[in-house]
Amino acid sequence: MHESHTAEHVHHELGFVRKYIFSTDHKIIGIQYMITAMAMAVVGGLLSMLMRYQLAWPQVLSPTLAKIFPISYSGGVMAPEFYISLVTMHGTLMVFFLFTAVLTGGFGNFLIPLQIGARDMAFPFLNALSYWVFLLSCIVIFSALFVTSGAPMGGWTAYAPLSAVPSAAPGQATGMTLWITAIALFSVSGLMGGLNYITTILTMRTRGLSMMRLPLTQWSLLITAILGLLAFPVLLGAGILLMFDRLGGTSFFVPAGIIMGQVPIDHAGGHPLLWQHLFWFFGHPEVYIVVLPAMGMASDILSTFCRKPIFSYRMMVYSMVAISVLSFVVWGHHMFVSGMNPFLGSVFTLTTLLIAVPSAVKTFNWLGTMWGARIRFTAAGLFAIGFVSMFVSGGLSGIFLGTSAADIQLQDTYFVVAHFHLVMAIAPLFAAFAGLYFWFPKMFGRFMNPLLGKIHFWFTFIGAYCVFFPMHIIGVGGQMRRIYDPTQYMFLVPQQPVNVFITISAFILGAAQLIFLVNFFVSIFAGKRATERNPWHATTLEWTAPSPPGHGNFGEELPTVYRWPFDFSVPGEKEDFIPQDVPATVTARH
Amino acid sequence: MADGTGPGRFTLSGIVLAGLIVILIVASLYFFIAQPYWFPILASEHGARIDSLFMAVLVVSGIAFVLVQGALGFFVARYGENGRERAAYWHDNPKAEAILLIITAVILTVLVFMGQRVWASIYFSDAPTDATIVEITGEQFLWNFHYAGPDGQFGRTDSKLITSTNNIGLDRDDPAAKDDIVSIGNMHAPVNKPVRVRLRSKDVIHSFFLPNFRVKQDAVPGMGIEVWFTPTKAGPFEVACAELCGLGHYRMKAALTIDESQEKFNQWLEEAAKQ
Repeated sequence: MHESHTAEHVHHELGFVRKYIFSTDHKIIGIQYMITAMAMAVVGGLLSMLMRYQLAWPQVLSPTLAKIFPISYSGGVMAPEFYISLVTMHGTLMVFFLFTAVLTGGFGNFLIPLQIGARDMAFPFLNALSYWVFLLSCIVIFSALFVTSGAPMGGWTAYAPLSAVPSAAPGQATGMTLWITAIALFSVSGLMGGLNYITTILTMRTRGLSMMRLPLTQWSLLITAILGLLAFPVLLGAGILLMFDRLGGTSFFVPAGIIMGQVPIDHAGGHPLLWQHLFWFFGHPEVYIVVLPAMGMASDILSTFCRKPIFSYRMMVYSMVAISVLSFVVWGHHMFVSGMNPFLGSVFTLTTLLIAVPSAVKTFNWLGTMWGARIRFTAAGLFAIGFVSMFVSGGLSGIFLGTSAADIQLQDTYFVVAHFHLVMAIAPLFAAFAGLYFWFPKMFGRFMNPLLGKIHFWFTFIGAYCVFFPMHIIGVGGQMRRIYDPTQYMFLVPQQPVNVFITISAFILGAAQLIFLVNFFVSIFAGKRATERNPWHATTLEWTAPSPPGHGNFGEELPTVYRWPFDFSVPGEKEDFIPQDVPATVTARH
Repeated sequence: MADGTGPGRFTLSGIVLAGLIVILIVASLYFFIAQPYWFPILASEHGARIDSLFMAVLVVSGIAFVLVQGALGFFVARYGENGRERAAYWHDNPKAEAILLIITAVILTVLVFMGQRVWASIYFSDAPTDATIVEITGEQFLWNFHYAGPDGQFGRTDSKLITSTNNIGLDRDDPAAKDDIVSIGNMHAPVNKPVRVRLRSKDVIHSFFLPNFRVKQDAVPGMGIEVWFTPTKAGPFEVACAELCGLGHYRMKAALTIDESQEKFNQWLEEAAKQ
């Protein structure tokens, strides 16, 4: 097993540029992904602050913002088209460039070789290439913010014909072209990464590490990579067709007879719903591309800080497999009122509620893990518990939306916004924070400040609920998503105080993330040193490597695995944890 | 040697987190039971079925929410590490899992059937023949309402005839179009009589949203989509656009008046025809 690539390679010195910038080391690439994604998250987060300010006080003059954005706030009030650009860019940056990138690109790269006892990824160069293509896509999407004709305005879902006809809105000219380019590059980068993850996990596991001894993080990353490999090509293909419609005069998504602002558009034969089918065929698996790694990481971290084995490891694996298979047959639940044949609506209701079953299994198993535990409330542990709470809150509202008849009223309202933020933004965010606090000492050889970590948790937990829970309420009240000024509608005026409450909470939630950023970047250089290899008393293989691991990860010999990763609190053992590489003296339970 | 059987320790973090979860549960129960903010006032027949379906799902998911979050809160409060005992070492209980899995599947199946009955009653039934028919065309950023007039025949429309004064491209040479009524931003319908709407769009996708009537249907360019509903309350209401359609999406609204009688409605049609 790759014995040629041994520890002798550890010591040949590389210059700064080869070591930290154009590196093919999976750990550096993982950290590069994380820090790039964090930068995109800061931008995406600031955009959402502007949106929230607008929604709470839509007609109030804001001279300060007018000074910062003279064009977008000409006259002292936000321009409506600017708001739509904010919606589009916030969604795009967060879904793709934060969550997909940080969970698979960041944690995936950092953790896969370390947790399976390998020296690097199967294809290190492809891995580096995947990062540099990702960075290029970040630069392209970021530049879309500065186009003079406006940033893209199609929403993150880019429904045609709004996205297909450049004259449909100001940002749909150059801005939209950049959006499609960035998404295409991102898809290519994701494919290169995914191919690598699958090959690495399947072929490079160390001696003794059978599939059913993999940490759940690894299972989740493997399944996610397969999902990505099947879903991203569809997005890439759809994006290319959309580009043809815009620049090449084709009509995949544009029907005949369209009149845009009195000007007839010269297209014929396309269908707008084709875009939606293609987009959501990608888009729903994409939800799980974000959620599954979060589930995997949260499971492992939860078990570690509960000092108790994960409840029903097998069912955890099977339910992830079931979720991933079902995720390809539920896309129509985004389209119940789109004009799709209502009989299909019935089918998609059935498949959608089916996918709730494995999700419920996972929830029971997390609760089962905590029952009778001895919980250590570290920042990482708290965020893992927070993940469960957020996932449950966000998941349950999915039952309303998956029931087609109830969705008629709720579709495209803040009820949907509340649902998907909790389940696929806040829950994965909690898992990502748990992961960062947990693996930080392995990444940088230092700890993040634990007190600041806890303060960060409390503000984030309270803030996230105060922001997203009330959105269910105003969604039931009918407030549509993506509107620039809810007070335009009489029926929405009475609930405006809720919007003000959400906005104030959002500012607090946003400010609390500064605590994290300061803690993260200061701790890289000045955090308490991690002298122990395994400071959390965890069981998986990365904790047998030095902190941070050198090039090649492990010493001269790769570790051998003798047991599953959840031997916590085994009765009769001296310690309350047994690492995977400890030979079985008593009979291993698994 | 009471591994996992002892109570564990109350820790500050555990108690605070449990307290927050209790507040979450109480607050959500308050908002969903006392309903200080709730659905827009109901004004349609089928809307009652949608609302009661929502309530059924609310009860089921509400119970699950309280049980799961409650258990989470209890565990974090009760099972803090105390440094003396170890956690329990058990990690499987196939029987309990099977029971929970079956219960979940049964509950969800019931919800699927309840939901599909409502869905079928809305989408798999034709509008009664006496329904008021309105052809609605969405465009950036307004709604056009087209009525057939006294002859009950809609005039021909053609996108080639669209001008700044003829929004929907009505062919005025068509005899059937002579008495047609096209109203921009104003829709009327009589109460207690089915309304059948045919939705079209001139440019991008819009969504015809009547919050009080529990009606939402996208208007897709290149498609003609029909939905129908029966208003049960007279009065002024609002029409909104629920699908992102461009920079003026937020102001793409119209007024919907449900007239208290057919006569009042006919009167409005006559007045509108004069304009």
